Amino acid sequence: MYWNSIITALESLTANKLRSALTILGIVIGVGAVIAMLAIGSGAQNTITGSIEGIGTNLLFVVSGGSEDVRNPKPLTLDDAEALTDSFQAPSVLGVAPTLQGNAEVSAQGEIHITQLNGVTTEYEFVRNATLYEGEFINEAHLLGRSAVVLLGWDVAEELFGRTDGVTGQRVRIEGQPFTVIGVLAQKGGTGFTNEDDRVLVPLTTAQARLLRRSTPNRVDMILVQAVSADDVAAATEEVSAILRARHRTAIGEDDFTVFNQQDFVDTAQQITGVFTIFLGGIAAISLLVGGIGIMNIMLVSVIERTREIGLRKALGARKSDILVQFLAESSLLSLTGGILGIVLGWLIATIVGIIAANANADINPVIGLDAVLLATLFSTAVGLFFGLYPANRAASLEPVEALRYE
Amino acid sequence: MSDYVVDARDLTKVYQMGDVEVHALRGLSIKIKRGEVMSIMGPSGSGKSTLMNTLGCLDRPTSGDYLLDGESVAELDDDQLADIRNRKVGFIFQTFNLLPRATAMANVELPMRYAGVTEGRSQRAQAALETVGLGDRVHHRPNELSGGQQQRVAIARALINNPAIVMADEPTGNLDTKSGDEIMKLLLGLNEEQGVTLIIVTHDPEIAARTNRIVTIRDGRVED
Ligand SMILES: Nc1ncnc2c1ncn2[C@@H]1O[C@H](COP(=O)(O)OP(=O)(O)O)[C@@H](O)[C@H]1O
Ligand SMILES: [Mg+2]
Repeated sequence: MYWNSIITALESLTANKLRSALTILGIVIGVGAVIAMLAIGSGAQNTITGSIEGIGTNLLFVVSGGSEDVRNPKPLTLDDAEALTDSFQAPSVLGVAPTLQGNAEVSAQGEIHITQLNGVTTEYEFVRNATLYEGEFINEAHLLGRSAVVLLGWDVAEELFGRTDGVTGQRVRIEGQPFTVIGVLAQKGGTGFTNEDDRVLVPLTTAQARLLRRSTPNRVDMILVQAVSADDVAAATEEVSAILRARHRTAIGEDDFTVFNQQDFVDTAQQITGVFTIFLGGIAAISLLVGGIGIMNIMLVSVIERTREIGLRKALGARKSDILVQFLAESSLLSLTGGILGIVLGWLIATIVGIIAANANADINPVIGLDAVLLATLFSTAVGLFFGLYPANRAASLEPVEALRYE
Repeated sequence: MSDYVVDARDLTKVYQMGDVEVHALRGLSIKIKRGEVMSIMGPSGSGKSTLMNTLGCLDRPTSGDYLLDGESVAELDDDQLADIRNRKVGFIFQTFNLLPRATAMANVELPMRYAGVTEGRSQRAQAALETVGLGDRVHHRPNELSGGQQQRVAIARALINNPAIVMADEPTGNLDTKSGDEIMKLLLGLNEEQGVTLIIVTHDPEIAARTNRIVTIRDGRVED
């Protein structure tokens, strides 16, 4: 009987091809938009998560300032960083790298480039796993002597010199002061989130003295802490907090510093992109709803047009359920066809957006999950059933004599 | 089983038109024997169609008792009435009422679909169309057939589930004299050859004269 209904539904849908096609189009656009938005959203999520995870799973980031209640937090200093290296009080800590961060104008050969400037110590190389394309890393002598030396990020070298080979030994100016290039950082590749290739590294002491002056001497902006392993992140967080609490005398009140780990960033980023994805998907779902209303509209028209046909079918022995199933089969066939075409459309849109994003150097790989496909198929069929139910019920409830008399 | 295919007593039918009550049937009783051909005559608006719809279980009487093929239909629900129409009644309408997009074959198959017949539908439909002389038109659609041919398809459709009774409400009303005549010959022949019980509503005294019994209806009652 259900097979019959599907055949009957197909017959009547193909009899009105243009009308069926336009109705389906509404669903195609709705489902296509939902699929594309979810795919792009989860693609962006993966990219951001991936770029955060690329930082390393056993890193902690210590910054000054706690919750909003804490007034006048003490700044983090080089002495704080030094204290964290105590292997008795902090056995889970493997390395500590204090940094200063800011922006600076770097110029060479008439080219000017604004970039991120980091003042770092020798530990930075080890803690951040920094690899060099050429040259060598900042050493103790540079730090002691506050040397005017700089390591260029890949993009900065490209920008200033148009090449990355043989840049070592060249002269650049940072904020107008002459510096010697001692190396080029290896290319990390665009991650879309933060560009690790667009920055320069100078000795921390040099930055303190000449480029990023802070009100408190010895002050640092962030202390990077490497835990012994990913499993020791929690223990390291505890040890770092205990040491800093003791040093800042905040044992009773709130902490005036904050320790993040990579997982915290991943969680926050996923929360933000999750909301973003739901938001986009929600807007797209509205168009699916509009498509559903289109189905309802067409089905209502079709019920009225076919009043006599319904009366006849009833006269010939069709039960209420036969008519109901016939019209529901029609509306769900419309929406299912629309759903399948919509998945294809959504996939196309997502792929095109992925290609455009790749060309714009933001790597978003749209992901169409099986769950999204199933969801869209189910949802569109449900839309068809839901919006078909009222018209179908109206058809099924017609009195046969009245329906046959309808002109 | 009772001799009577139709045994209806004191049927009344009242239509409510706003504040006005229209009495279409006013205590009408009628009996039809198996194998009988009966014609119903009467002026327009006398209640002939209402009677046919009630006897065919398309509509319920306001009051009265009705046994169709020995079965009381007064208490049946909508689905049970649908089954009765499907198995026991064959309708032939003045306006043919074929599905416009379906072929003659598909139209004739329709009652079998609702009866749940799955096997041999097309063979049976083919045979029925041959009986009404349309063996060579099975794949034609209604708009490719003449009025007389369309009514033949409707007759084949009415007969396909071997109903206890066939009800024809002015079957020749939309046809010219010649094809009307052919349709009547066909119906009467089916009665003679296959013993089909028939009720025909007609305005034509010549057609009525060819049936076993003429019942005249006036103002919702049988006229003596
Ligand atoms: N659905 C209806 N609503 C109201 N009145 C109706 C309806 N159907 C029929 N009638 C009335 O009932 C009476 C009998 O109608 P009908 O059975 O169609 O007569 P006939 O077929 O003999 O011309 C008429 O007065 C008609 O106006
Ligand atoms: Mg009439």
